[in-house]
Amino acid sequence: MASLNDYLLASGLLFAIGLSGVVIRRNIIVVFMCLELMLSAANLSLVAFSRFNPVNGLPDYNGQMLVFFVVTVAAAEVAVGLAIIVALYRSRQTIHTDELTSLKG
Amino acid sequence: MPSYLFWLFSTIMLIGGAAVIAFRNPVSSALSVVTCFVGLAGLFIGLSAFFVGIIQILVYTGAVMVLFLFIIMLLDLKDEQKRAKALAPLAAGIGLAIAFAVQLIGILSRTPDKIAPPLDAEALASAAGHFNEGTKIAAALKDGRLPDVHLIGHTLFTQYNLPFQILGVLLLVATVGVVVLSKKSVGSD
Repeated sequence: MASLNDYLLASGLLFAIGLSGVVIRRNIIVVFMCLELMLSAANLSLVAFSRFNPVNGLPDYNGQMLVFFVVTVAAAEVAVGLAIIVALYRSRQTIHTDELTSLKG
Repeated sequence: MPSYLFWLFSTIMLIGGAAVIAFRNPVSSALSVVTCFVGLAGLFIGLSAFFVGIIQILVYTGAVMVLFLFIIMLLDLKDEQKRAKALAPLAAGIGLAIAFAVQLIGILSRTPDKIAPPLDAEALASAAGHFNEGTKIAAALKDGRLPDVHLIGHTLFTQYNLPFQILGVLLLVATVGVVVLSKKSVGSD
């Protein structure tokens, strides 16, 4: 049986991978995918805590409700973010973060 | 979940995650995210969160990643392969990940570990007393099955009714916002 710390370690490593992806990659779509990885890593922690801290002998469904809300908000966020990326590409013809420097002082 | 399945699915998940960063082509990255999420859904199902596991497959790999692939192919990104890699962000990213992992291992080695409480027929039957007699949830629990979707629906429509409706408004706002954002501004010029 895998213990709680094993799940938290897997979740933390996935979060670390997502975080380093946001820093390393220059393609804004891949940066966005790495954000999704970080959200999913948080979901894994939530589900693991829900399973390992039972309420009345059942998993704690409040944790899984939060996962449900996170997934829905992430779907809305992806739709809006990709629309912004398409609008950005239309006006600048690039999606590389090192070429998008017009806000740089 | 047996331990070997946990290690199998978490390895799939972590390799998929690492491949997202390693591939230069955005389409390969998107397919690696799909691999990662399939492993993650396996972990969810191993944690007896069947609904969340199915949602992970349906919403993330079925809808979100398909949207990503549409956008990647719509923008037709090809010049990614030729760019020189900047060394500073690479070092910063790897350093950040290693520092995070070291901290995590340090904290987890000092926290008391927990093993999963049993979810066998006996534990489920004793949980049936907390639900009204004659409901589907109580009947399934007495049979020794975990009515995961029923329990989630029960929680959603009793304790989380208002947030659920607010979520509906959020999705509507997002839909309208996406249409406005991606509309070509015909009237302005």
